[in-house]
Amino acid sequence: MEQKKKRLVVVGNGMAGIRTIEELLKMSADEFNITVFGAEPQPNYNRILLSPVLSGEMPFQDTVLNDWSWYEENHITLHTGKTVTKIDRMRCTVETDDGIVVPYDRLLIATGSNPIMLPVPGIDLPGVIGYRSIADVEQMLAAAQPGKRAVVIGGGLLGLEAANGLSLRGMQVSVVHLCEWPMERQLDKVGGGLLKEALEKRGLKFYLSRQTDAILGETAVTGLRFKDGEEIAADLVVMSAGIRPNIALAKSAGIHCERGIMVSDTMQTYDPKIYSVGECVQHRGQTYGLVAPLFEQAKVAANHLAQYGRMRYEGSSVSTKLKVTGIDLFSAGDFNPVAGDDELLLQDAARGVYKKLVLRDNKLRGAVMYGDTVDGPWYFQMMRDGTDVSEMREHLLFGQMHLGDSGHGAKAGVMDMPDTAEICGCNGVCKGTIVNTIIDKKLFTLDEVRAHTKASASCGSCTGLVEAILANTVGGDYSAKPSKKPICGCTEYAHQDMHKTIRERSLKTIPEVMKALEWKTEDGCHVCRPALNYYLLAAWPGEYVDDSRSRFINERVHANIQKDGTYSVIPRIWGGVTSPAQLRAIAEIAERHEVPTVHITGGQRIGLYGITKENLPKMWAELVEAGFVSGHAYGKSLRTVKTCVGSEWCRFGTQDSTGLGIKVEQMTWGSWTPHKFKIAVSGCPRNCAEATIKDFGIVCVDSGYEIHVGGNGGVKVRVTDFLCKVSSEAEVLEYCGAFMQLYREDAHYLDRTAPWIERVGLPFVKRHIVDDAEGRAELYARFLKSQQYSQDDPWKERAEGKEAHEFTALATIV
Amino acid sequence: MNWIQVGNLEDIPRQGSRVVKTATGEIALFRSVDDQVFALNNRCPHKGGPLSQGIVHGKRVTCPLHSWVIDLESGEAISPDIGCAHRLEVRVAHGELFLEAEAGVCKA
Repeated sequence: MEQKKKRLVVVGNGMAGIRTIEELLKMSADEFNITVFGAEPQPNYNRILLSPVLSGEMPFQDTVLNDWSWYEENHITLHTGKTVTKIDRMRCTVETDDGIVVPYDRLLIATGSNPIMLPVPGIDLPGVIGYRSIADVEQMLAAAQPGKRAVVIGGGLLGLEAANGLSLRGMQVSVVHLCEWPMERQLDKVGGGLLKEALEKRGLKFYLSRQTDAILGETAVTGLRFKDGEEIAADLVVMSAGIRPNIALAKSAGIHCERGIMVSDTMQTYDPKIYSVGECVQHRGQTYGLVAPLFEQAKVAANHLAQYGRMRYEGSSVSTKLKVTGIDLFSAGDFNPVAGDDELLLQDAARGVYKKLVLRDNKLRGAVMYGDTVDGPWYFQMMRDGTDVSEMREHLLFGQMHLGDSGHGAKAGVMDMPDTAEICGCNGVCKGTIVNTIIDKKLFTLDEVRAHTKASASCGSCTGLVEAILANTVGGDYSAKPSKKPICGCTEYAHQDMHKTIRERSLKTIPEVMKALEWKTEDGCHVCRPALNYYLLAAWPGEYVDDSRSRFINERVHANIQKDGTYSVIPRIWGGVTSPAQLRAIAEIAERHEVPTVHITGGQRIGLYGITKENLPKMWAELVEAGFVSGHAYGKSLRTVKTCVGSEWCRFGTQDSTGLGIKVEQMTWGSWTPHKFKIAVSGCPRNCAEATIKDFGIVCVDSGYEIHVGGNGGVKVRVTDFLCKVSSEAEVLEYCGAFMQLYREDAHYLDRTAPWIERVGLPFVKRHIVDDAEGRAELYARFLKSQQYSQDDPWKERAEGKEAHEFTALATIV
Repeated sequence: MNWIQVGNLEDIPRQGSRVVKTATGEIALFRSVDDQVFALNNRCPHKGGPLSQGIVHGKRVTCPLHSWVIDLESGEAISPDIGCAHRLEVRVAHGELFLEAEAGVCKA
């Protein structure tokens, strides 16, 4: 049995190699016998956190990602402190410096990188140290006696972190840098200048535009001489002039290398049995030194090792954050503008804030931020998504909070919040709990944080905050958000793939989708099944048979489940207009069923609460008898059309808002949408129906009807965007149907219109709904077509016995 | 062990659930996509949500109240949540369902 397993050998016991194994074990735990070689004596630790260890803010144990027992539990043979010196590609074996020979069927090279040691005299003296491993840190700490002098060569990210750490240990630290300002790869001149000032205030001394000529000393380092002849004293020299992919082993085995080990999009080297990931690889001309791309590579390599053979690595864009406590700095993308680019600048010397955004064709190309980096991840995401920012351009520099976005703003100063600050209101999770859980459980992804703390696992509106905490806790240069997130653990496919894939490949049922797209689970889960059910429903109206087993309970039984397992019943009251007869009918039904709570809802209707499931069909039968239909108050569907009394009564009313509201509701009721959808019609700009916080809002004016879209009155209020003005009710209906259809066909499942519009941009909506009359007519026609199949009252059907098994017990045992 | 017949396999929809009422509470019977049947207390260990109303996937059910995922074979919550909905014995013979006789609801 054991013999039949394939043998995977991993050279390199670092973050990229081990992450690949973790991803592989998730997909197919039993396929390989795994052997890992690590040159360092430790198990896999988080190299990003070396700086906090150096500065004394974190003990080494806290950086260990996989302790010894992890290797044991997963039956991985681990050789630490052993260097692989030879790969025999003919025999398919690797050999270590002390003579161990291990055969492989697949080999993964994850040898990482080495610090570049400048070729100057004295480089071999004791007291000259690179900065790459925990051993380097230990050496530095041994030498770091208070009052002694350290010189760091290289004013890049890592160099400054090392300098800061040594300074916190009480040393006098100088930084020598070749360029005019520190971190020139991540910062422009202004940002670099601000950083330099801040670090000088903390006691660092800078020697800029200086080149090192020699390291001085007889038996140990005593100082440094620059090209210009000046000499400075030093008891310790830290080399941090960059890293170089560690390709010696691969090269000696004849594997094609340039700067790094050359790999394809499947992370394969030129030898198809040999894969490579991490800092040692060169992919499409790029090498990477940050963790996020390595993790993306690990995922792809694991996918191919497990023979799923589906994913491709297409390169990463990276962002950086300096991990020096108290200094906020963020940069991403291409921040040096070229001809034709626009530059947005904000500089506030007194507050110590500097922001620069570079735009090309209305898209973000790069960002440099100093002093206030809260919006860094947001800019970065827009950069990766290629979001059109023309609509928000005037406010862009002020950050996400100033956009009235829906649900993910207000990240300001998350790290300044006290530990007791409640982050997730739904599940009552405080900041301290999240931070401690991330540290204790060594969490890296948003999903892990959700699973362990429940923070942002319910309504999701605090997702941004939680991500900010995660990014700040695990170390700033880690960015947790790939631009395409898989729908759930069952698949690699993301929401953005689904509409198109289902239509193009003509997939007609959930099992068909799962088969064609190689779902990893037999029948999905509670996350992907409702999503697929929606996408299929939207793609094939009238043809696709709704799968009730893939509906959340509320939509399956057409009532809202309450905390005690009873349900609420909310009949539709068209446009909020009712009558004594209707009210009487509801009153009598409520009395007859001894309804514990009768409540006027926010959507101008009447809610009956505390109904047991068995009673639902009976109550519905009576409501149907009295002329009511389902209010769909439970669904990702049209909820209500709220109205004011308009010109019929109001002395300010300009149009018949109630009559129009009823027409709109009669056209749209019963439609399934990616998330709930609310409409309102106000009779004049006083806007008593609050139309400007609805998904689709109509504000009547004397000369016609203003149409507003993308509003939200929920967790995070978002005011609608003005779409256009039309002159007749018929046009309102057409624009409304077309807009809903565009939303249905384009938005991801569980996207409200507000975040959807923020993602695709208002110009996208205008292009389809306002500018393109033909396209609008087609959208409207498709909307009406799908409505033909969705306006059978679900209550009536169930009152007549459909799905009776949902409402009755199987048996009663006394 | 004594067995009580509580219905037929076909009474439960695939990927669905039905409830058996007992003097001490409800028991949820689940039918997986491959026609296996499981029985659990109809109470989520988290806040008592009715598991029978959840979405059944693989050999798991997701509670409708706060999306805890419960393993149907053991009744245990899926990590990192901790809790147990207590499993009962159920058998399918010739399409008929039998539940263990002392099917009182276990103490949670």
